[in-house]
Parts: sequence; C-alpha cells; structure tokens
Amino acid sequence: MWNYEKRLQFPVKITQPNAKLAQVIISQFGGPDGELAASMRYLSQRYSMPYNEVAGLLTDIGTEELAHMEMICAIVYQLTKDLSMDEIVASGFDKYYVDHTLALWPQSAGGVPFNACVFQSKGDAITDLTEDMAAEQKARTTYDNILRLVHDQEVCDPIRFLRAREIVHFQRFGEALRIVQDKLDSKNFYAFNPEFDRCKN
Amino acid sequence: MSHKMNAEQENMLRNIGIVDFVTVEMTEYLDTHPFDREAMEYFNHYMRMKNQMMRDYAVKYGPLSLSAADTCSKEWKWALQPMPWEGGC
Repeated sequence: MWNYEKRLQFPVKITQPNAKLAQVIISQFGGPDGELAASMRYLSQRYSMPYNEVAGLLTDIGTEELAHMEMICAIVYQLTKDLSMDEIVASGFDKYYVDHTLALWPQSAGGVPFNACVFQSKGDAITDLTEDMAAEQKARTTYDNILRLVHDQEVCDPIRFLRAREIVHFQRFGEALRIVQDKLDSKNFYAFNPEFDRCKN
Repeated sequence: MSHKMNAEQENMLRNIGIVDFVTVEMTEYLDTHPFDREAMEYFNHYMRMKNQMMRDYAVKYGPLSLSAADTCSKEWKWALQPMPWEGGC
C-alpha cells in the first residue's frame, strides 16, 4: 500500500506561464521515456523478482517516480495556468486545449497517448534490469533535451533535480544487476532464468 | 485555490523537503547495500529528524501525511491543506 505526503519532492514555483514549453515538458508525464512509464515499469516488474533487495529497490524507485510524475504535472499545470485565449492559440496549445481544457492528460510532446508498450515487464531479471538502466538513460537524455529549450530558472531548477535522479537510479539499477549476476551461474548468466526456472541455488 | 503560506511555514516545508531527500537517497542506497552500517546510522539520524519535523509541522499547519497527524486535533486539517502543485512550495 502507499501513503501520500501533501508536498512535492522538490519545490515547483513558476510565475511565468509558457504553454509552448508545457507542450514539450508534458512528454515526461505521458511520453515514451516519461515518469509514468518509469513508475509503471518498476512497479510491474517487482512481483516476480526473486531477490528481496532488488524487488525492494524496484518498489522504492517506482514510488519515487510517482513523486517525479507529480512534479512534472505541477510544472505543466503552472506553465498553463491563467492562459488567455490569445495565448492558447498563439502557442499552439489549442490542439491540446480542445480535448483537455487545462487538465493534465498523459501524452507525449507529439500528442501520442500514454501506452504501456513503451515499457516491458519481461519476467527475466537480467532483461528487466538492463531495460531499467536504459530507461534511466533515455529519461536523462530527454531532460538534457528539455534543458536546451528552457531559459526560465524557475523551470530549470526542478528539471535539473529530476535529471540528477535519473543518474542516481541508473547507478542503483547497475548495482542491482550485479547483485543478480552474483547469484547466478558465473560461467553462464543465462543458464537459467531465476524468475522462471526452478533450479535456483 | 491559491493558498498563501507565511515565511515560517514555507521554511519548515523547505527543510522537510531537504531532510526527506536524504532519507529517499539513503533508502535506495541501502536497498543495494543493506549491510553498510555507516549508511544505516545516517538513515536513522535523518529519519528521526524528518519524523519530528513532520509532527511539528502538523501541530502548526496541519498534517502533510496522515501518519504524522496531530491526534489531539479536533478539526480535519488534512482536507484544508494547500495542494502541492499550487506552487506553495
């Protein structure tokens, strides 16, 4: 189960609306390398993960990703607050506005709806952890791309915080992969799948 | 919807965020290093600090988490808390 804390993991306080920027940053909500996909990936993979420390890590990082999703949504929400109709049209936000007004809906910057096919839950510890490491790097690249488009300090600060977390999580998943490999057959890591085959040591 | 916080409330919230960050970082580190005693002590120290700060905040401004709620309170302050995405902190 979960407990909710009524606060953001890192403060988001944006005073200058910018609907153009919101349309780019929303990708980290519902896009292919976004926080929703990250959270659902780890929270789906953990059930069949046979090593407690790794299942625990997937739970804790998957939970932190929910807090990141909330930060991204807060950024998009504040960037699109109190927009005039002229600003909505001029920024190209009208295509989103017509379906969602100013509500948050998980989609990529290109308008593609969130889809579970952007992540895997493969049921093989090496495969899943390798995917998780790649996912953290893909999200880091996305934040780097966003940072090239942002010139407002109030938006940069939380985005930089989120980017740094991707690097820490990449490190932790690397350690988790090492933990898994240490428990496998050192002559052949692929001799059996610890999430499926019953010949565990 | 916008809720104006006073400087002290904003400051307490910022400090809770800083201390909580240490506990999040140490949680994930300890998941892959469960026998690191120095990290464990570090976690314990900051977790105690966060719990106390959460209780102190709850008494003054209402609970940020129901587990930190002031159980002597006669009013449901949880529902009256500002929503975090409104830019309070």
